[in-house]
Formats: sequence, structure tokens, C-alpha cells
Amino acid sequence: MTTAPAVIRANAVTKRLRQRHAPPVLALDQISLSIPQGVLAALVGPDGAGKTTLLRLLAGLLPPDEGELFVLGIDVAHDPQRVQDAVAYMPQRFGLYEDLTVKENLDLYADLHGVTAAARGQRYPSLLEMTALAPFLGRLAGQLSGGMKQKLGLACALIQSPQLLLLDEPTAGVDPLSRHELWQIITKLSTEGTSALIATSYLDEAERCQQAIVLRDGKVLAQSPPRNIADRARNLVVLHEPMRDETARDLQARLLDTDDVIDAVPQGGRVRTICRTSQPSALAPSFEDGFMTLLAGAPRARVSRTPSPPVTRRDEVSVEVRDLVRRFGDFVAVDHLSFSVKRGEVYGLLGPNGAGKSTTFRMLCGLLPATSGTLLVAGEDLRRTPASARRNIGYMAQRFSLYPQLSVLENLAFFAGIYGLKAHLRRDRIQWALEEFELAPVRTQQSGMLPGGLKQRLAMAVALLHEPPLLFLDEPTSGADPLARRDFWRRITVLAQGGVTTVITTHFMEEAEYCDRLAILDAGRLLAEGTPAQIRDANIQKEGSTMEDAFIAIVEHARAKAQGP
Amino acid sequence: MTEIVGSLLRVLSLIRKELLAILKDPKSRASVIVPPILQCLIFGYAASYDLNHVPFAVIDQDRSFASHQLIAHFDGSPVFTQVATLSDPRKLAAMINSRQVLLALDIQDGFARQLAMGQTASVQIIADGRDSNTAEVATSYAAAIINGFNAQWRQDHGLPASQPLVVTRAWFNPNLQTRWSMIPGLIGTITLIQTMMLAAMSVAREREQGTFDQLLVTPIRPVEIMIGKAIPAMLVGIFQATNILLVAQLWFRIPFAGSFAILYMGLILFVLAAVGLGIFLSSIAMTMQQAMLYGMVVIMPATLLSGLSTPISNMPQSLQLVTYANPLRYAIQIAQRVYLEGVGVSELLPYLWPMAVIAMVTLSIATWMFRHRVA
Repeated sequence: MTTAPAVIRANAVTKRLRQRHAPPVLALDQISLSIPQGVLAALVGPDGAGKTTLLRLLAGLLPPDEGELFVLGIDVAHDPQRVQDAVAYMPQRFGLYEDLTVKENLDLYADLHGVTAAARGQRYPSLLEMTALAPFLGRLAGQLSGGMKQKLGLACALIQSPQLLLLDEPTAGVDPLSRHELWQIITKLSTEGTSALIATSYLDEAERCQQAIVLRDGKVLAQSPPRNIADRARNLVVLHEPMRDETARDLQARLLDTDDVIDAVPQGGRVRTICRTSQPSALAPSFEDGFMTLLAGAPRARVSRTPSPPVTRRDEVSVEVRDLVRRFGDFVAVDHLSFSVKRGEVYGLLGPNGAGKSTTFRMLCGLLPATSGTLLVAGEDLRRTPASARRNIGYMAQRFSLYPQLSVLENLAFFAGIYGLKAHLRRDRIQWALEEFELAPVRTQQSGMLPGGLKQRLAMAVALLHEPPLLFLDEPTSGADPLARRDFWRRITVLAQGGVTTVITTHFMEEAEYCDRLAILDAGRLLAEGTPAQIRDANIQKEGSTMEDAFIAIVEHARAKAQGP
Repeated sequence: MTEIVGSLLRVLSLIRKELLAILKDPKSRASVIVPPILQCLIFGYAASYDLNHVPFAVIDQDRSFASHQLIAHFDGSPVFTQVATLSDPRKLAAMINSRQVLLALDIQDGFARQLAMGQTASVQIIADGRDSNTAEVATSYAAAIINGFNAQWRQDHGLPASQPLVVTRAWFNPNLQTRWSMIPGLIGTITLIQTMMLAAMSVAREREQGTFDQLLVTPIRPVEIMIGKAIPAMLVGIFQATNILLVAQLWFRIPFAGSFAILYMGLILFVLAAVGLGIFLSSIAMTMQQAMLYGMVVIMPATLLSGLSTPISNMPQSLQLVTYANPLRYAIQIAQRVYLEGVGVSELLPYLWPMAVIAMVTLSIATWMFRHRVA
């Protein structure tokens, strides 16, 4: 360790969280760690590992049950107010006032922190320049895009020039471009000497930090520079080439079922595989490889291997969109969009926040009328055909949209009834959902009180309850941890093998690799379409470019052209 | 045929879900039962025009046996309490100004003499008119006492019973207890507030939570959603109306003159109209806050223009027209007339069909709005 004084020092800290109607949960179990001054540190781990609890403890919002916790040399348990005066804490959902403007939000937080008018005069210009929010000072916070909201939240948190930043998943649900911008801000602050601890579910973000702390089940699995964690997968990582007529996704599923593979993900048409034993000519490991190796042995979801009868007619068109336009007043949300999806295909819609993805989804599902253009889903326009045609689709909205006050079982029973599943079929499908998505242990719990990962599984179970041939999934993995995302994609693979067509949006560019074909949208227009490999290769700028680099290049190029002469 | 069965199954699923959402949580269960009963008790005791212990002053300028007898009649009534006897009428103004007395009984000199001669004797009643309602009620009580005194005097002195000056006889509520007319009226008022708000929240809550989209991508039709939302709210409304009816009979002991079957027929139509109004508000609101606001905006005028506290015939013509669109107007008439008068269906028809029209219009618009109100 360095000799610099520690900004955070935890010594055997334990925290139990009390719950209603259930025994307390051991959120943090004898945690000890130390973060030196001026360091950018990442906090990673599966959902429920205790990341948020640790940050709340550090911010003085919760007292530890046992152990000692010092922040900036102050005992948090004894003097939380002094810690809060010197620390900026940004929770997952920052408390922006949506009915106030950007300027009014900034003023409000400046008032709350007692920042003088003179200090504001100095602080505002630099914050506005850093966040590029200056042109939007008069706009209501509620009307900002997701990425801009996060930037405003960060600006409000930074108003008092903190010595330490505590950020809880600042980039969750934010598109790659905004994520890029947020990280530029964080990096700039770090070079200026601010210490920071950032919880994240993006493992590439952890790679940019000087320290990474891996938590699981309330325990610290590792604390070291990310390089050292990556090294745990040294000599273990290889690329596998799929056979002819096999997608990378299918090969990945096959590899994951073998015992000597720790993890496998599709990458550029091939499958990046972490083996349990040393491999000749292995690749340099990434942080993600090391992280997965570290967590190897974590329980994996059981995905049933019994797909529906194999599909014969793969060239049948499932979704057809031609010249689709949707206007809201003067604003054109979807601008002459055309694409088509074949049966059994996994089709990804990617794009920054506000690109028109959700609007397109809502039109496809018949929730919103199109201004003009053709929309055919399984050969029918869902707004014009009888209601029974909607039995063909399963829909998962961006935010959890099942009845929060009903239990898991009650939600399943309700939707089974609405979809008209009769007696024994209904029983079978509910049983299937409980087993397949491992919901049986929480069947009587209130859905709204479930942790994020379980909510997502329940939403997916409901979307699949009536065995629809078509799935529309709007950011189904937003905010999910890396392990949960892998489980999710294994299910999609099985469904696709059974001939289910999937249209999906995501902000995780590595997930684009799972798709058969992708469309990249911005400002309602289609910028690029093709297989993941085609899209990346056509936009490659340097060796080792990722899908994310390609995405940013495509969108920025299109935006530059739109602003051009 | 299978289509009808499927439709029924979907509606039943929705009804079951709605009832589960209302009744599952003990807190929301209590909020369906306790507030209506509480409101009924509060209104029953507080919103009563019946007077008790009205402070009054006596100015007895006659000082005769007859005048003492008349004062004794006042003292014997639970309505009045004598707080002062004034020898100088000029002191009265100060007492009324400071609200020490609400009413004064001024017996002129020569009262006994005139009575003895069989002439008309005059008694002056002076009331504090600042609170016109109370003054009116108090003077009418006073007039009743004076009439009573008059009748007894004539009998005692062997005079033929004369035509009393004022003939006030209230039918159906012989003691003119406002509680008797107020509580049956509350069956409508409280049920409207509760059911309309419940219905107004129902769709708005789903919109706010995002569950409405999830519902709209299923094969359920707008009409099925409307029925599935209306029936549970109606069941709750009928249950609440029953609770108020029970309070009226078991607690306030107001005798029920009519037929329960006829009353419930009227109530079902009324609750349907109230739910229609609520679901209509819900279908145009995007959030629960908006729905709540719209509900408030409707409830205030609906209660004011219902005829419960002020007679509709006293309102300006334009407002009288507005009351025809108010389901509460009909519900109060139905409840009071069935409860106290015991009228039959034929007399209720003019109240029944307007409520059916209100329900039909509001529910049709709401059903259309489900799919066409777009965020």
C-alpha cells in the first residue's frame, strides 16, 4: 500500500439491515479496507453484495453495528455531520427536483450546503463547463435525458468542492455516450486530486480505476489494482470459433454447459472463454475475466434445456417496419424508420437516450399510434387487429411494471388469467415460471419489495407465461449485475433456438454481441444496421476497438454531419 | 362462445386482482371501512341544525301570572336556557352584540290584560340574525312554544280553540330533527366521496406505476378493463353505503319506512354513476396526483349542489341546471324518500334514469380514453 494517508479506513465493520416480516440481513460482514488519498477506487460485485450499504455507511447515513469506520480521519459513527460536510454522496436515484430548472436545482443544493454567493460565482462556471449543462440552465430537470440528469446530479453533489466522492452506480441506465462523458468528468476530478469510491456494474469502468474492491455476500473478496485482479485469469482465456451454421451465442451456451469452462461470452463473432485449466497461447486477461474467475463457483441459474420443437422456416418475417414516423407536436421521435426481423432472430435496437427506441417499442406493441408508416407484427398491425392478436407478444417495459402490492404468485396468477390460460395449463405455466426463474422461495413475497434482480426475473417470467412467439424487451438488463446478465442471455439463447423472435434494447454494448443483427438509432433515424461483426468492422478505428467504440463513432459521426454545413 | 368465456375469464381475473389490491393490505382494508362510518358519525352529530340550550333573555314588561306562565313554557323546553332577565329593553342590544344571548322574548305591558279580554296579545321575539340559519330555527322553535302556550291557555280558560296563527307541521319527520333527513342524505354523499376517489385512483395508479402498459399489451379489451375496474369499486361502494345505513338504523335509530330492495336498486345505479365519474377522471389523468386533484374539483360542487344543505330551488336558475348532471342530487332524493317516505319505484323513476345516463356517458368516454390517452 501507499504511504499516503487513508481517506477511507474500515476495520471489521459489520452491518445488519432490519426487514419487515423477515429476520435481519447481514449486509456487511467484518469488512476491513483502506483507500489512500487521491485514489479513484471502484466497488464491484453482484446485486445484494452490500455495495450500497457500504456507501451509505461511509456517507454517515447509517451507523455501523460493529467495527470502526474513519472517513477523512473522522469517526463517522461519532460525527456524521462533519463527514457529510466534506463528502459528496450521490445515491442511485439522486434527489433532483423535477419541477425545478437546472439552475434552480443547483441553487437549491448550494443553499443546502451553505455555499456563499462568491463561492458560487467561482464554482458554477467550472461545473457547467465540465457537465456541458450551460445551454440547459432554464430547462426543467424532469425534461432532461437520463444521462443529463445524472450529470446534473453529479454537479449538485460537487457544489461544495468535496474532498471525497461517493457515487452509487452513476452510469446505470445511461447510454454509452453519456457514460463516456460522465467518466470524463470523473477522470478530470481525479486528476485534480479528488478521491472517489464508485460502485458500478460496468466492469470496464472498474478497469479505469486505480483500485478495485470486489464485494460478495457482504465480504471483501479482493482489494487491489484492477490489473492484479485481471491476472487471476492469466493463461486461462482463449477465443473459440463457432462451427458453420452455429451462432456465437449457441456456441457460448454449449461451452457454458461444460465443466471446464468458468465463463464464456460472445465477442466479435467468436466466443471469449475462460477455462479452469491453463491454456497454450492464451490471451491477455481483462478485468472482467479476472472478476469472473474470482467469482467462479457462484451459483448459476438453471436454464431448462428443453426448447420447443426446432424451427424450420427461419426466413419467415416476424416484424416488419417500413417508413415509420412518430411526431409529438414539432418533435420527431421516430423519423422514417425501416427494418425487419426474421423468425427466431435476436434483433438489437441500440442508441443513446432519446433515440426513439422506446417510442418504436410502444408502437410495435400497439400502445401508441404511429403518425405514418407500416408496422407489422406477426403479419398484423396490433393497433388495428382484434385484441387476441396481442397474445403473440411478450413485453417487458423499461421499468418494473408489475403490481408491486401483489405477491409473486398473485402477479403470475393474474397475468395467467388475463392471457386466458385455463385450469391445468395455467397451473403448469405458473409452476414452470416459479422453477425456471427460481422464484419459488419468494412466491409469497410482495413483488414491489423484491431486490432488482428478482424483479427482473419476475417481469421476464410474466412476459413468457403465455409462450409468445415474439418478445419485446426494453432495457431488460438495465442495472443488473454481470452474473444476472449472463443468466438472462442464456435464457434468450434457449428461446431463440426454439424459434422465439426477440427485439431488445440495451445500453450494454457487449450485450450487442449476443444479437444476430443490430440497428443503431439516433434522433429517430437508423444510422447503421447489420451483424455485430459487420457494424464493428465497418467502423473500426484502431486495433482492439470494442463495440462501444464503434457505437460512439457511428453516433458522433452522424451528429457531426447533421450539424455540418 | 369461447370468445365470451375468454372475455369473462379476463374480467374475472381483473376483478379478483382489484379486490386483492384493495383488501389484501390491512391498512387499505381499514381505509375502506373506518372513514365512512367515522364521517357518518361526525356528520350525524355535528352537521345538525337542531338547537339545544339556546341562551335567551327575557324582557317581561307585563309581570303578570300569564307572562310568568309563558316564560315557564320556555324554561321547560330543553331548547332554551334563560340567562338573563332584563328590566330595561335597551340593555338587550349589548347582550346580543356580545353573543351572550341568541334570542330575546319581549312580553309587552298589557299582555295578561289582552289575554283576559280574549283579545290578541302580542309577544315580540328578537333574534340574532347574523347566523341566519340558527336564528330561523330558533325563532320557529320559539313560535312553536308560544303556540303551545296559547292552546293550553285557551283550554284552561274554557275558550274555544282558535285557529293558531302558524301551522307548521313537518311530515315524515314530525319533530323536525335535521338528523333524520341528514343521515339518509349522507348515504349518498359519503358513498360518492369514497367510491369516486377509489375509482379515480384505480387507472391513474396503474398509469403511474407503468402497469397499465403491461395490461394493454395483453389480449384484454378496453371494455373488459372498464367492467373489471367498475365492478370492484361498485362492490366497495355498496358495502360502504350499507355500513352507513347500519349506522343510521342501529346507532341513530332512525326508523326505515321503505323497502330495502328499492333503496338498493337506486343505490346500485348511483354507485355506478359515481364509479363512472371516477373512472372517467382517472382515464384523463396521467398521475395519481392529477386524479386526486380532479376528484377534489368535482366533489366540492357535487356536495354543494346536491340539495343536502341548501335547497336546490333556492339556487340561481343556471346552477339549478347544473345540478341535473350531479348524481348526488338524485341519490339524496332517493335515499331520503325511500328511507323516510317509503315511496315506490314509479315515484323514483325521474331520479333513476338520469343516473343511468351519467354512468353511460362517463364510462363510454373512459373506455375510449384507455387506449387513446397517450403519454
